[in-house]
Amino acid sequence: MDDIKVNQNPKLGSLDRPNSYIGRSLPRENAKKHLDGGGQFVDDLTLPRMVHVAFLRSPFAHAEIKSINTNDAKKSDGVIDIFTAKEIDEVCKPWIGTLGHLGEMRSPEQTPLAKKIARWQGEPVAVVIADSRAQAEDALELIEVDWVEKEAQVNMETALDSNAVIIHPELGNNLFWTRTVNQGDVEKAFKEADAIVETTLDFARHTGVTLESRGIVADWNKAENKMTIYHNGQAPHMMQHIIAKHLDLNEGLVRIVSRDVGGSFGIKVHVYPDEMAVTAISKKIGRPVKFIADRLESFTTDIHARCHKISGKLGVDKNGKILAMEIDDLSGIGPFSMYPRTSAIETNQVLNLSGAPYVIPNYKAVGTVVFQNKTPMCQYRAVGHPIAVAITEALIDKAAYKINMDIDKIRKINFIPDNAYPNKCPSGVPLEDLSHEASMDKLLEIMDIKEIEAQKEEDLKKGVLTGHGVISMCEVTNPSPLFYGVGGAHISSQDGASIRLEGSGAIHLSSSITEQGQGTEAIMKQIAADQLGVEMESVRVTLGDTDATPYGGGTWASRGAGIGGEAVLKAARKLKDNILNIAAAIMQTDKDTLDIEDNNVIRKNGGEGISLKKLAETVYYRGHELPKGTNAELLATASFLIEGIPFVFTNSAMGCQVSIDQDTGIIKINKFWAVEDCGTQINPKLVEEQIRGGVIQGIGGALFEECVYDDQGNMQNATMADYLVPMAYEMPDIIVDHVTTNSGRSIIGAKGAGEAGTGGAPAVIMNAINNALKQVNAEVVSQPITPEKILKALGKI
Amino acid sequence: MAANNSVNISFTVNGERFNNINVPSRQHLADYLRSQGFTGTHLGCEQGACGACTIEMDGKAVRSCLVLASQANGTNLKTVEGFDDEMMEKVKQNFLKHNAFQCGFCSPGMLMTTKEILLNKKKLTRDEIRSEISGNYCRCTGYQSIVDAIEECINEIN
Repeated sequence: MDDIKVNQNPKLGSLDRPNSYIGRSLPRENAKKHLDGGGQFVDDLTLPRMVHVAFLRSPFAHAEIKSINTNDAKKSDGVIDIFTAKEIDEVCKPWIGTLGHLGEMRSPEQTPLAKKIARWQGEPVAVVIADSRAQAEDALELIEVDWVEKEAQVNMETALDSNAVIIHPELGNNLFWTRTVNQGDVEKAFKEADAIVETTLDFARHTGVTLESRGIVADWNKAENKMTIYHNGQAPHMMQHIIAKHLDLNEGLVRIVSRDVGGSFGIKVHVYPDEMAVTAISKKIGRPVKFIADRLESFTTDIHARCHKISGKLGVDKNGKILAMEIDDLSGIGPFSMYPRTSAIETNQVLNLSGAPYVIPNYKAVGTVVFQNKTPMCQYRAVGHPIAVAITEALIDKAAYKINMDIDKIRKINFIPDNAYPNKCPSGVPLEDLSHEASMDKLLEIMDIKEIEAQKEEDLKKGVLTGHGVISMCEVTNPSPLFYGVGGAHISSQDGASIRLEGSGAIHLSSSITEQGQGTEAIMKQIAADQLGVEMESVRVTLGDTDATPYGGGTWASRGAGIGGEAVLKAARKLKDNILNIAAAIMQTDKDTLDIEDNNVIRKNGGEGISLKKLAETVYYRGHELPKGTNAELLATASFLIEGIPFVFTNSAMGCQVSIDQDTGIIKINKFWAVEDCGTQINPKLVEEQIRGGVIQGIGGALFEECVYDDQGNMQNATMADYLVPMAYEMPDIIVDHVTTNSGRSIIGAKGAGEAGTGGAPAVIMNAINNALKQVNAEVVSQPITPEKILKALGKI
Repeated sequence: MAANNSVNISFTVNGERFNNINVPSRQHLADYLRSQGFTGTHLGCEQGACGACTIEMDGKAVRSCLVLASQANGTNLKTVEGFDDEMMEKVKQNFLKHNAFQCGFCSPGMLMTTKEILLNKKKLTRDEIRSEISGNYCRCTGYQSIVDAIEECINEIN
């Protein structure tokens, strides 16, 4: 067994006891199947009479569909049928991607297949159903569409101009949503400031690039009126509701099964038109239908993220105290707001989270979200955080440089003090249980800034530009109903766990949280075994099946451990209480004298106990031996929900050092440090791996990743050879450390840890690069920061 | 269009004989293997960029999405399901220990690349390990844990 990490949560009991698993870096034995080739991904499933589909997608960003002729295609080998919007719409009702709690959102009805007009390159317009995917693709080439290409509104910056192409004429213009936050009096405060700094940052569109693409098998069983969907999604109960609602099915007779999922990162939590079409096809033809997106389809139809241009202004006094901050953010979301979470949330998070670690008494933020003829944009890992953190931290560095103050010192004097919680973001969003001061102190301790400064000077003598940065940030985790439910979305914020002792003595646990590789199953097992007092090996876990698990929200917004984990803890404690009551009755003793260790009920003062196996056998097979009236309940369920605040925030401090080759513009990340405070760590190794994976995704956005479009709205790099993702060689080792401030909202005290890395890395990388470039009076303000942009900043090209 | 043309071939997969099999002439090897239930071989990009479909053909690592099924004629193939010798069991234990995978989708290809590294019996630095696996995409881990696992395998073998 691995070393015990110091666990600072007294509510969880002593670590010095048998079956103490919370806080230990145990390997994920359950996941070894993946190393044996035994995962069960959606594409691994074959059902009798299953058919395959291929979609005809718009080759244009904006075009009228005059007519579609499928006569020749229908005669192609293996083709069963070909549908257009007309046939699909008979089965599936349209949806609208708006919510009611964030002010007016305007987005039109969307249908699975485009009708009359296609609005992004990749939008599905017709679908071939065939015996094999290859045959379906053959037939695609025989479909004749009479297209009339229209001018496309590609650039978000001109989307509200008077001569813009109006994508949805019924809306009058291309505005989807706008919000203004105004706290205090920024104008007055800026007048009083001793120094004012400003910047404008660009963030390109990028996307999730899950290695396993989106996939679905829909299986309509007419005899049972039941729809079973095998789907690599993150929120099975949300999908159950949506499929029932739009296909007019009995929701109780829709089953969503999400087995192994090959990465999700928020990409797989949305409702996609092609997946809705697949369910409609199965309903229509009464056969199982499989759709697995190929990589081109992934790049042009998986949601994109970011696509922001943000201007910011910060005013400080001569001592470095922040007086005011103002931001103005513009974002382009493609032609539709995604359903059901909407495409407003990224901008909303930018407004909510900018300046979050700091005391900023005067804050103004404006967000504007517009339509454009590109792939729809929506929530992806660390929603909005990279933009909010980068603008805040870039402005703070600029202010430090302007008043000649150290970059760590200016942060320290402006932090909301660790002992001043509960508190609020500058935007007014409530904060509690955070540790920016302690986390920054720990970061500076592990970074050794003096050595870094010395190396910077040495490198400059050799012509190498070396620089470093430090940042602080808050991460949204464990959301309450105030995130989506309050706006009318059927997305559960409560999660459940059900746990039972079986006749064999085995423990079975089911949870509404899902697994996409984070280690959900492993940590649920750890919590259950720890709280019950049984060996890990005796716990079996079921996830990702609406017929077999409790109802709940699933996995997104870093909510699995903090919400789902608490439900498991509560259920395990209930079951333990039940077991001890039964044991006390069998053993004719007081319950308080008993405990459970290593799968046995023991007498705390010594003497013979009873194994859980024997106890279960007595209950299930020889119940007549129990004293009359014994409540022999060996099944316990519990639920958990965050109440009273919108989110449970975590905080992180990150640092990095980069070197820039002035001849090539190539950036090398020499070192990267992250200090995370996510409260109780159920499995510290898994927390660290979430941080590392997240940081690397953030580095991808900062340095490499971009969905490149031409002026006509054609995506130019929709292959894995052309779209650059982080590969092993360019990536650094990442040093991770922790501060622990437990969440007071739960017994387990865990917050989320899945997104901070992705949210913070772009800011600290950019600050480090600009720290290096400052030596030659250069600066970059656009991500991804490519070698070309560096060379331009250096005036070399 | 030669869509329906097929080729008659023989080969082995993990020691199991496939004699006189008709495969569509245009089908790539990964699709064929998956159609036969060897679903441990994963497809990420179908253009040789991501490395998820890497398998062993006559002792060498190949991208099974870039090889036609018909080209497997006369070869011995090994997929992740067949990585069960002592060395690969040790590799798997190290992958587990270091959590060198999260979702598991890249793992079959990553294991095959690791096998090739180990068969070369060279002592590699961490940077060299990173270079060796730079043809295998992993979106989850950030690679450090994979480098840790492979480093430990190299240390044990050399």
